[in-house]
Amino acid sequence: MTEVTPEPTNGLMAELQERFPGAAQPAPEPQEGLTIARDRLVEVATYLRDELGYAYLSNITSVDYPEGTNGLPPRFEVVYHLYQPTGGPLVLHVHADREDPAVPSLAPLFPSANFQEREAWDLMGIRFEGHPDLRRILLWEGFDGHPLRKDWHEPYYEEDHKPFSSRFPEGRPMPAEERTLLRRNLRYPPGWSPRDWRPMADTWGYTPHDEVAHQKNPTHPADRVVLNMGPHHPSTHGVLRLLVTLEGETIQKLEPMFGFLHRCHEKIGERNTWLANMPYTDRLDYVCSMSNNLGYAIAVEKLLDVEVPERAEYIRVIMAEFTRFLNHAVSIGFTGNDLGIYFTAMLYALEEREFILDLFEMTAGSRMMCNYMRFGGVAHDMTDEAVELARELAFERLPRFVDKLEAFLTDNELFRARTVDVGVLPPEQAIAYGCTGPLLRASGVPYDVRRAEPYSIYDQFDFDVVVGTNGDAYDRYLVRVGEMRQSLRILQQALNRLPGGPVMAGKKKATLKVPAGEAYGRIEAPKGEMGFYIISDGGPNPYRYHIRAPSFINLGVMGELCRGHLIADVVIILASIDITLGEVDR
Amino acid sequence: MYASLYVLKAFGVTLRRFVESYVDDLKWFLKGGFGKRYTPDALAVRQSPKGRGIFTVQYPAERLPLPERFRGFPFLVYDDETGKPLCTACGTCARVCPPQCIWIVRASHPETGKPLREPAEFHIDISICMNCGFCAEFCPFDAIKMGQEIEIATFERDGTLLWNQEKLLRPLSYHAQIHPTDYAQEQAKRKPKKKKA
Ligand code: SF4
Ligand code: SF4
Repeated sequence: MTEVTPEPTNGLMAELQERFPGAAQPAPEPQEGLTIARDRLVEVATYLRDELGYAYLSNITSVDYPEGTNGLPPRFEVVYHLYQPTGGPLVLHVHADREDPAVPSLAPLFPSANFQEREAWDLMGIRFEGHPDLRRILLWEGFDGHPLRKDWHEPYYEEDHKPFSSRFPEGRPMPAEERTLLRRNLRYPPGWSPRDWRPMADTWGYTPHDEVAHQKNPTHPADRVVLNMGPHHPSTHGVLRLLVTLEGETIQKLEPMFGFLHRCHEKIGERNTWLANMPYTDRLDYVCSMSNNLGYAIAVEKLLDVEVPERAEYIRVIMAEFTRFLNHAVSIGFTGNDLGIYFTAMLYALEEREFILDLFEMTAGSRMMCNYMRFGGVAHDMTDEAVELARELAFERLPRFVDKLEAFLTDNELFRARTVDVGVLPPEQAIAYGCTGPLLRASGVPYDVRRAEPYSIYDQFDFDVVVGTNGDAYDRYLVRVGEMRQSLRILQQALNRLPGGPVMAGKKKATLKVPAGEAYGRIEAPKGEMGFYIISDGGPNPYRYHIRAPSFINLGVMGELCRGHLIADVVIILASIDITLGEVDR
Repeated sequence: MYASLYVLKAFGVTLRRFVESYVDDLKWFLKGGFGKRYTPDALAVRQSPKGRGIFTVQYPAERLPLPERFRGFPFLVYDDETGKPLCTACGTCARVCPPQCIWIVRASHPETGKPLREPAEFHIDISICMNCGFCAEFCPFDAIKMGQEIEIATFERDGTLLWNQEKLLRPLSYHAQIHPTDYAQEQAKRKPKKKKA
């Protein structure tokens, strides 16, 4: 795959360098984009946003260089990926001191930075000065250290990189639990004791309650109440906790709290070999493992520079579009559950999903954890039987299902009464919060990575980017239905034109070395823009492996969307955002 | 009444489903000579996109056939005649395994101490195995394959699922039986090599 990322024009670089002399420099090879001086970052970002239209801060991540590279001293680097809402990526690097890393926060400028900077603080320990609420986000307060730093070791630590030498040729099994006994694999920060720990989040939640508990609100007889929804709540689609401050039944403030499923996917990814990460990506958004595979394969192929055979490209598109269909069907079905249409809509959706999963199982060997894409192709060819099933689904069965779904839901007064004008997201806000996928498009922003920066062979298919007008939960439903129809359109074209030939470029290699460099591969996953930011130092393992998870970033706008709505609408708004906790928590 | 039409329509869908299921059941019951409703013939139609009516298979009393590529847990293949594992202790699978749950001890010659091309010990921690299939995909000797046994739950968590070579070995004929296409391809690849040698 040799997808050429549209480079920011040299004109832009020149303009920035001219306007901010000394503050913006081209990043040293093999990095992309610009290096921005730390103290001028806010200024440059403001200029980029207001004057040049880079309103969309899509991805923030950080990299640890304890040794120093490129002739630069040991440092942390914060990496920003900015876009114009029409495409056009711009990568910014900001260096931070290794001993006391601090970088000015962009959260006041770009609300999408809020969660991502908290994540960088949590996992890498970089302070963002001026961030309104810099707390841990995925880990808890009793966690010792910042796990993504290169010198941080987990309790089961063996070696920096897999494969571990204890496995072969003298591989006597030593289960992890024997190496570090249960209960001894826990470490608290120095001077910290779980006994006198009061959860910070709860302090936030209950203080206002204490304040108002005794003075009744003069305009409203009800007191302010702090309510915990979840972590084990049937409508939170996983282990998600929503801390809600209510005034009567109206939501004043809502904050999602997550991390219950956190396993530091990125740290595991840096221990793994390049290929070994593939099955781990399945576990991100476990509903759409095929698209996760695709995103990772595309990112690594950018560095490897291999040509993917045509048949493999077609199969990839077929699998990705079936995944989109499956995700949207399930998402709408579960919206039904949250609305109180218990299980009827959902089971009909799951039934269709079952066929698609059968197809995946037949082709890839597993229903949900497909592990199907490889660098330079796909793992197995589609059999004739599988192609036949795919055709039957794409031409006959699934179009019927979408028609039926629309017949029962689109004009349904009950459905509309609960979703129209609920959780309205204006387009400017959607962009500011970095929302992607159906959530963004329902607000009327025609932004689709398949169009903005076509990857794989999406430029060869006819399809429309479905947009909504109102940006409410109902429009998100409509956009999903529309995308299901567009997916079928793509599938029909792809299946009609499916060429023969090999499905893998060259021979499958178990260990591969990836040329040094950095790459950001992104795809339009069913839930939004899924990005894989990888850095290779030329070795068999990724140096840095970061995932821009659409669910995680889309969840950032949840609090805004719910404000002023009734508590009963929370579940609908959450369902309309469509998250998977495996991806939020990573 | 508010929305009554849609409620009725939705009930209609369920009702139709209900009737279709019983009609279908009856049809296959008669076809199967008053036997089971879920004969292999019936499953092939009722579980396909053409199927109507109810969709449920009463697992574990009734089972769907697994596709050939299905990835369960890995097993080691041994030759039916000689009883020897095909594994040459090359270590590829142990290196490629993402969660690193394969442990191999390479056998060495009892006198000279030179490494032999066979494993002395082979362990897989099935409780860690993530069913990725890399070991089977990359084994250069087709000596490890993904099986179809999935009901392996145990009551203990210490070591019962750490399988040794004895527990992992299955005959080549078993592999041929559950992976006919794969097996045929391997044989086709193997034969010309033998002639040359
Ligand atoms: S890759 Fe195959 S031959 Fe090599 S050690 Fe593993 S099972 Fe044995
Ligand atoms: S299937 Fe994957 S995880 Fe399991 S033993 Fe083989 S390589 Fe390891």
